[in-house]
Parts: sequence; C-alpha cells; structure tokens
Amino acid sequence: MTTMTVSTPVSNSLTAGKLPKNTPLMVLAASWIVVGAIFAVVFMSGATESYNWVGTLFFGTVLYCVVLYLFSYFVEGVRRAKDRLVTALVTIAFVVALIPLVSLVGTTLINGLPAFLTPTFFTESQRNVVGAGGGALHAIVGTLFVTGLATLISVPIGLLTAIYLTEYGRGRLARGITFFVDVMTGIPSIVAGLFAYALFSLLFNDPGIRFGFGGSVALSVLMIPVVVRSSEEMLKLVPNELREAAYALGVPKWLTIVKVVLPTSLAGIVTGIMISISRVIGETAPLLIIAGFTASMNYDMFSERMMTLPVFVYNQYASQGADSQAYIDRAWAGALTLIVIVMLLNLVARLVARTFSPKLGR
Amino acid sequence: MTTAVDRIAIKAKERPGDRIFSTATVVAGSLILAVLAAVAIFLFVQSVPAFMAAPDDFKGDFSNFWSYVAPLAFGTIWSAFLALLMAVPVAIAVALFISHFAPRKLAQGLGYLIDLLAAVPSVVFGLWGIGVLAPLVQPFYASLVEWFGWFPLFAGPVSGTGRTIFTVAIVLAVMVLPIITAICREIFLQTPVLYEEASLALGATRWEMITMAVLPFGRAGIISAAMLGLGRALGETMAVAMVLSPSPQILFQLFTSQNPTTIAANIALNFPEAHGVGVNILLATGLVLFVITLIVNMIARVIINRRKAFSGAN
Repeated sequence: MTTMTVSTPVSNSLTAGKLPKNTPLMVLAASWIVVGAIFAVVFMSGATESYNWVGTLFFGTVLYCVVLYLFSYFVEGVRRAKDRLVTALVTIAFVVALIPLVSLVGTTLINGLPAFLTPTFFTESQRNVVGAGGGALHAIVGTLFVTGLATLISVPIGLLTAIYLTEYGRGRLARGITFFVDVMTGIPSIVAGLFAYALFSLLFNDPGIRFGFGGSVALSVLMIPVVVRSSEEMLKLVPNELREAAYALGVPKWLTIVKVVLPTSLAGIVTGIMISISRVIGETAPLLIIAGFTASMNYDMFSERMMTLPVFVYNQYASQGADSQAYIDRAWAGALTLIVIVMLLNLVARLVARTFSPKLGR
Repeated sequence: MTTAVDRIAIKAKERPGDRIFSTATVVAGSLILAVLAAVAIFLFVQSVPAFMAAPDDFKGDFSNFWSYVAPLAFGTIWSAFLALLMAVPVAIAVALFISHFAPRKLAQGLGYLIDLLAAVPSVVFGLWGIGVLAPLVQPFYASLVEWFGWFPLFAGPVSGTGRTIFTVAIVLAVMVLPIITAICREIFLQTPVLYEEASLALGATRWEMITMAVLPFGRAGIISAAMLGLGRALGETMAVAMVLSPSPQILFQLFTSQNPTTIAANIALNFPEAHGVGVNILLATGLVLFVITLIVNMIARVIINRRKAFSGAN
C-alpha cells in the first residue's frame, strides 16, 4: 500500500489571509511619523509657537486606529478588523488610565522634593513659624498616633467579625452583618467624621470638641468593614480539610480556629490589614472635622487638637500666609510624605502576600 | 434494627473556651451593626435643630433647610454622575486589558499599577487637580464654549481658572477608576475558562469571545462595581472642596465659573468656622449624604446578591 500525495504549489495556510505579526507596531509608528510631519510643517510655518506634542500623539493614535481597521478589513475581513480595533482601544484606555498616575507622582516629586529634603521637615513643627521653615513633625506624629489607635480598635473587631462570618455565622444575623458590612464600605469618609463629632460632642457636651481619639474612632468606622471583607476572603480560602483534620483529632473548635485556621491565612490577613491602613491613612475629611488642626506638637490623644498629615497638606494649601510659595512647597512635601508612606505600605503588603501565602487558584 | 442507634445526635462537648470565643465573635459582629445604627441615630439627633432653623441661620439666602440642601444634593449627584460617565467605560476597558489582552506575565504588575492609583490620598488629588489639571484643561473648555456654546451644557461664559464642575468630575473619575477596575477585573477573571476556550475553539475572535462569554457572565459584577464607584464619588470630599469654586445653585453648565458644590465639600469648607445652629445644619446635610449613599449602596448590594444566584459569580 502506498499513499499517493498530490503535490500542489506551497501556500502556507496558517498565515494566508492574515496581516504580518508586526503590522500594528509598524502602523502605529507610521501614523505617528505622518502626523508628526504634518505638525512639524505647521510649527515651521509659524502657526503655533511651540511644537504640538499632545496633538501629535492624539491624532497619530486616532489615525493608527483608522488605518489598522481598514488594513485588517480588506485583508482579514470585518470580524478580525473589529477585534484589532478593540485591542487597540483597550490598550489605549490602559495607557490613558496611567497618565494621571504618572503626572500625579511626577508633579508631587518635583514640587515636593525641595521642602521634603530640608533637614527641619522631619524634626520641627509649625509652631511660631511664619513663612518658610519649620516642618511637619507634629503632623507625622499625629498621623501615626491616630492611625495606630484606629488600627488597634479595628483589627480585633474586624478579625473577630470575619471569624464569626466564616466559622460560626448561619442564618439571619450573619446575612445581615455581611450585607451591612458591604454597605458600610460605602460610607463617605466625611460622614464618619461627622458621626464621631456628633457622638463626642453629645457625650462631653462640648460643641467645639476636637481631639485625636475622635479621629481614631472616625477612621475605625471606615477601616472595620475593609478589614472584615479582606480577612473574610482570606479565611474562606483555608481548605476545609484542615479544619476537619483538626476536629477529627479532637481539637476544640476555638483552638482549631486559633491554631490552624488563623496561622494558615495569616499572610493574607496581614496584607489586608496593611492595605486597609493605607486606605485610611490618607483620609482628610474626618480628621479635619474631629481632630482639627494646630501648629504645635500634641502627644495626648484625649485632649486638644491634633494635626495629621493629610490635614497638614490641606491646611498649608488652604490658608497660605504672606510668603505663599513656602506654604505651597510644604503642602507638596506633605503630599509626597503621604504618597511615600502609602506606597511603602502597599508594596510591603504585596511582598508579604506573595512570599507567605499558600498558592491557591489562579 | 439500626433506627435507634442512628438517630442519636452526637453532641460535642462545650468547653468554656468555645463559649467565650464564639460569644466574642458574635459581639464583634453585632457591634458593627450597632455602629451603623449609631451613625444614623447620632447624626439624626444632632440634626434635629437644623430642620427648625430660622432663615438667617443659613449661610446665603435660603428660607429653610430643604432649600439649602437641594442645590448641594444636586451638585453631589451631578458631579458623581459625570464622573461615572467617564470612568465606567475606561474602567471596563482597562479591566479587560489586564484580564484578557495584556501579556500574561505583565498582567499582574499592570494591575498593581492601577491599584496604586487607588492608594493615592484624596488631598493629593486635590492639589493635583488645582495645580496641574485645571490649567491644562482650561484652553479646551474655552474652545468648546466658543464652538459649541449653543449646546446648553457647554454654555458660557467660560471659567478663567478651569476650576469647574467638569474638572471635578475628571478628578473624581480618576479616583473611582481603580475601584471599578479592580472589581471588574476580578469578575472577568472568574469567567469559566471552559466557556472562553469553547468560543475560541468555535472560531470566535478574542473580542467575540469577550462579548459572548466574559461580558454576559460579568454583567452583575460590572453594575455593582459602577454602583460602588458611584458611592465613592458621591462622598468624595477633599478633591471637590479644593478644586471647585462653588456657588450654591442648581446649574447644569459644565464650564462656567458658577458651579453647584457638593454636600461633602460644603461641610469640609464650612465646618471649621461653623458655630451654634450652623454646626447642626452641616450635620443635617451630612445625614442627607449618608442616606443617599446608603440607598445607592444597598441597591447595589441587592442587585449583586440577587444576580449572584444564577450568574455563578460566587
């Protein structure tokens, strides 16, 4: 038996009717060059005083979408063309979403670094400072105190609630808590501040009340639901086999939770807590209302106004003195400090999650 | 003859540790409900004087509380609506890019970049909005008003600073974008791989696969993400307070220097100097904001919970 093979002229059926792989890149480069050339002519004719970079990128990208669609339409048909167009649009959306981030971090760095690098920024407060000079030590200390205490309040409550929801909760109460925790994540931060103010001004019968502890309470209202949600997700990831194995060995339920479930999900819980800290450490509105602002150091959480970093930034910007540039510089430096803290928290949280968490799912 | 033996339920021994621990968790859980109730109760108690305030207690020319809060509530909803209009399409596109278009190895890092945007504090957005964004967009506003001024939303006169409600909406859109993106991304990644592979195997292009498998599967998630973004945009304070130059009226124009402000921004701007009934009035507007966001969030959650059952998104 021999098989007959009819030899036909070789045409690669895998690539027939398709654009070459690097077409999108070539088209993109070509359309940028074409539009760039047009704008260069406009620039050299003197119609605009500077070369229009924004216009070049914008119209070049639009041209790219159109040309790529047409190319693909005539070579590959309408379905492929649509697919290519969507790919281009989605990628553009991503780049557009990154522009604010880059611009924001860039401007904060440029505007914030001069004051950020002055030696007094981390060693002095604003007490008796008019114009340039002084620092943000009072605000940094205040932020650490207020956020630290908020964490101390939120973590036990949030973690216990998460344990209740995953390990004990059945029926109406559990469903109610889940629902309202979700709803609570949407409470506006300023409402939390107003709540703390309403509560403490009634309790102490002092309509002008401002103190650091109130800020911690307000931040806790915002932080607890975040801690609950993230810890709950992490506790749910613990395989049931581990719990059943512990029960089978006769370990009481609470010890199973403390010794088996919690250690297994510890990395995830720590990550969640750090992310929730980074979420509330930048909150301005509630602290503006209940912690107030001051130019002096205050180490007492329970009396007198307490400055915090976000409020410092706002206050430096909002009430500029005679030498306004010094105030704006300090505002940006405060913003830079905040961003550095928040990004560090996020980064460390991700590292913790990546190094210690069990590999589950995708 | 096994009936009697099988029916005996084995009761676990109750240890004191178990009792204490389970009670502690129940107390913590109930405490959350209590806090939510306390927020409503204390705000309400403190706002009672505002409902009966005399006309001269209000900053500006208002006869009673409701005429004072109406323009603020309008500004709140209008700015949040504009922000969502911009943020939702971009967020869905970005989420799709990360979940389905980006190279697998890069995807996680790119998602992290977007998450960083969520971590930026709102005061910093405020500074950025005034210092960078407003001067940047002002020329565009000027030409839009010049060419399309006949369109009611674009009517002039154009703001000279760029600190208009539309700029605020852009800042808000940037702020809610990462929240919506994060949820959409999670939902899109949950699409059963079999659906995706099946539609690709039938010859669908990637975009057809997304419209047929990923988007229908994630619809409830997208709606909930948008609602949560709306909740955040409604309550955002500092960025609005810093960027907007306010005037308490109901106005739809996007680019003029007369802009309705939001409840939250109004509180932040006026609270430090408020005294007497003025404080109660601001607390009452806070209560209105609380009720609005509570309703939005509850609707969002009900939609998610109801759709969850048959979309498989759990």
